[in-house]
Amino acid sequence: MINLFINGQQRQFSATLSITQLLQELDLTGKRVAIELNGEIVPRSAHAVVTLSDADHLEIVVAVGGG
Amino acid sequence: MDSISIAGRTFNSRLLVGTGKYKDFQETRAAIDASGAQIVTVAIRRTNIGQDPNQPSLLDALPSKQFTYLPNTAGCYTAEDAIRTLRLARELLDGHDLVKLEVLGDPQSLYPNVVETLRAAEVLVKDGFKVMVYTSDDPIIAKQLEDIGCVAVMPLASLIGSGMGILNPWNLQIIIDRLKVPVIVDAGVGTASDAAIAMELGCDAVLMNTAIAQAHNPVLMASAMKKAVEAGREAFLAGRVPKKIYQASPSSPTSGLIGS
Repeated sequence: MINLFINGQQRQFSATLSITQLLQELDLTGKRVAIELNGEIVPRSAHAVVTLSDADHLEIVVAVGGG
Repeated sequence: MDSISIAGRTFNSRLLVGTGKYKDFQETRAAIDASGAQIVTVAIRRTNIGQDPNQPSLLDALPSKQFTYLPNTAGCYTAEDAIRTLRLARELLDGHDLVKLEVLGDPQSLYPNVVETLRAAEVLVKDGFKVMVYTSDDPIIAKQLEDIGCVAVMPLASLIGSGMGILNPWNLQIIIDRLKVPVIVDAGVGTASDAAIAMELGCDAVLMNTAIAQAHNPVLMASAMKKAVEAGREAFLAGRVPKKIYQASPSSPTSGLIGS
């Protein structure tokens, strides 16, 4: 069991997982998002190989309307 | 063609528009089409986890083939938050480096915090970003931002979303006269004449969001703004007559009058 902090909210997952797997879990596969893991950008090319650990902090962002 | 060059990229439209505060993406698209804008600002926000994954996205409504995105740092109050936001934007938009930096001072006035803005600009320029920077109408700060390497300096006309128009044309004029990079009035435009005045002063372009999006008819206002920016630009290039206080000058011949 691991706990992740995603966009400020704590969520539990049954086992460690890659960012690609996390995006699947969150229904975000194929969506245009950018990810920051513990303050560092994780490039899209590395999503499959970066494995998340307990207490990791993630920011998952999209583009929205703004001025 | 009277085009504008920003960071080596050429644009025919001198009107830049925001994508916030519209009813829906359909209205956003219709208004932006009517404005003729080629550069559109977008905000970067946390994704709403658990929302319907089939919801349309802003980037689908405004495809990158037709528009140049200008990701912003709206809502950031520190240099660090602004830098983080734009690094996320660069990743999100596949290495896109043209960005709008704004670091705000407080949520009531949304007035720029120029100290934090200068700090963020230094870091971002060194990191390879092409920074278009929102700032106050202080000519000294504007020059410092140019010296740091910002590709465009964007002083406010008045407070963001206030629609109060150009409050200090004299400061804007000093900035326009002193800077070599494009000067773009950003924030405070309320109606078409405000945009025309900015362009008549010699601004290179105008950036607006609320004036269009919150107008009673956004599409019609977008069209008005397009014309105002073009009219103001042409008037600037044409060179206006000097103002002559208390001195009239007839437009018709003074000789050949009947009965003379």
